[in-house]
Amino acid sequence: MKEILIEDFCRDLGFEILCDGGHETITLTNSSINRPGLQLYGFYDHFDSDRVQIVGKVEESYLNSLDPVEKSKKIEKFFTYHFPCLVIAWDMNVDGDYVKCANKYGRIVLKSKKETTKVINNVINYLDAYMAPIISMHGVLVEVFGVGVLITGSSGVGKSETALELVKRGHRLITDDVVDIKNVGDRLTGSAPELLKQYMEIRGIGIIDIRTLYGIGAVKESVQIDMNIHLEMWDATKYYDRLGLDDEYTNILKVDVPKVVIPVTTGRNLAIIIETAARNNRLKYMGINSAKDFCDRIALSNEQKTD
Amino acid sequence: MFSKEVTILNATGLHARPASMFVQEAGKYKSEINVIKDGKKINAKSIMGIMAGGISKDTVVTVEADGEDEEQAVNALVELIESKFGEE
Repeated sequence: MKEILIEDFCRDLGFEILCDGGHETITLTNSSINRPGLQLYGFYDHFDSDRVQIVGKVEESYLNSLDPVEKSKKIEKFFTYHFPCLVIAWDMNVDGDYVKCANKYGRIVLKSKKETTKVINNVINYLDAYMAPIISMHGVLVEVFGVGVLITGSSGVGKSETALELVKRGHRLITDDVVDIKNVGDRLTGSAPELLKQYMEIRGIGIIDIRTLYGIGAVKESVQIDMNIHLEMWDATKYYDRLGLDDEYTNILKVDVPKVVIPVTTGRNLAIIIETAARNNRLKYMGINSAKDFCDRIALSNEQKTD
Repeated sequence: MFSKEVTILNATGLHARPASMFVQEAGKYKSEINVIKDGKKINAKSIMGIMAGGISKDTVVTVEADGEDEEQAVNALVELIESKFGEE
């Protein structure tokens, strides 16, 4: 369950407040909507009263076809149900019944200038983003050749230094150290906490401002997270992928993100390795798997020899 | 896992220099260390995270560590907070 200020909701979606029903916030449990046509007709089985209700021309013209007493009754019955808010589309001039009932039962009634389908679309998209699960992770988020790369690893392994090298090579920084991640429709979007935007900490220098140092092209507000590169100190006893045949994933907010573990040793240019991993990820995404193609080629050559 | 609750006592809170001292101390330990404020976990070895955490005077936080030196780490960090980072 989440609450949103009526004022914010109206400002972001371009709605006008007809009646706030004595509330400051709208309480939401999901991002779905309901067209209350059937309910206004009188059928209340399976009524999703926990959704945002949107009234369009259909509902309004049906109500207007009734005699005024009947109409008032139908509207009043509807307002006895506890719904988050009601939005009237098409900038329709509805008569006093709505506002009277909203005041009586403490409901929120809003109005939009847009057509009903647009209102439905906008409300669902907005609420999807607003209700999306969020977590904060320790790491650095960069965009490399258009691929959103989340660099993770323990403190001091060189995440920020690697990101700086990537920025110098023309890629973009989204956030250093703390990454806010949102799951909207099973796509992960990462951004910086408002206070940290475009700043970075480099051990020995301190806090630096990437936008001022490298220009507007070096920073970005948010990016879809396409892969996770995990940096760790080289461990001689550990097995590292030498072929790249097996796919590993990191699970973030129930989404599997392809993961590449890169061992760190002195003399390894991590920026180039990450660039390559990003290119390879794009290639895989487009259906070309270099490791598999290579193995197939060897297998084919072996077959030909035995023939 | 070892944790302790502590109240921030120094006037500036966990900002600027105290934040830097705190992160520096946390970095000495191998354990994974977090500062929990209002249910939100902040990596104790991250200067940006700690500074953006808005941990001001009189805030109650939990210092939590997980690893081989967890107890030492938590005790040292709590002691540092209680010493008001050398501020008066």
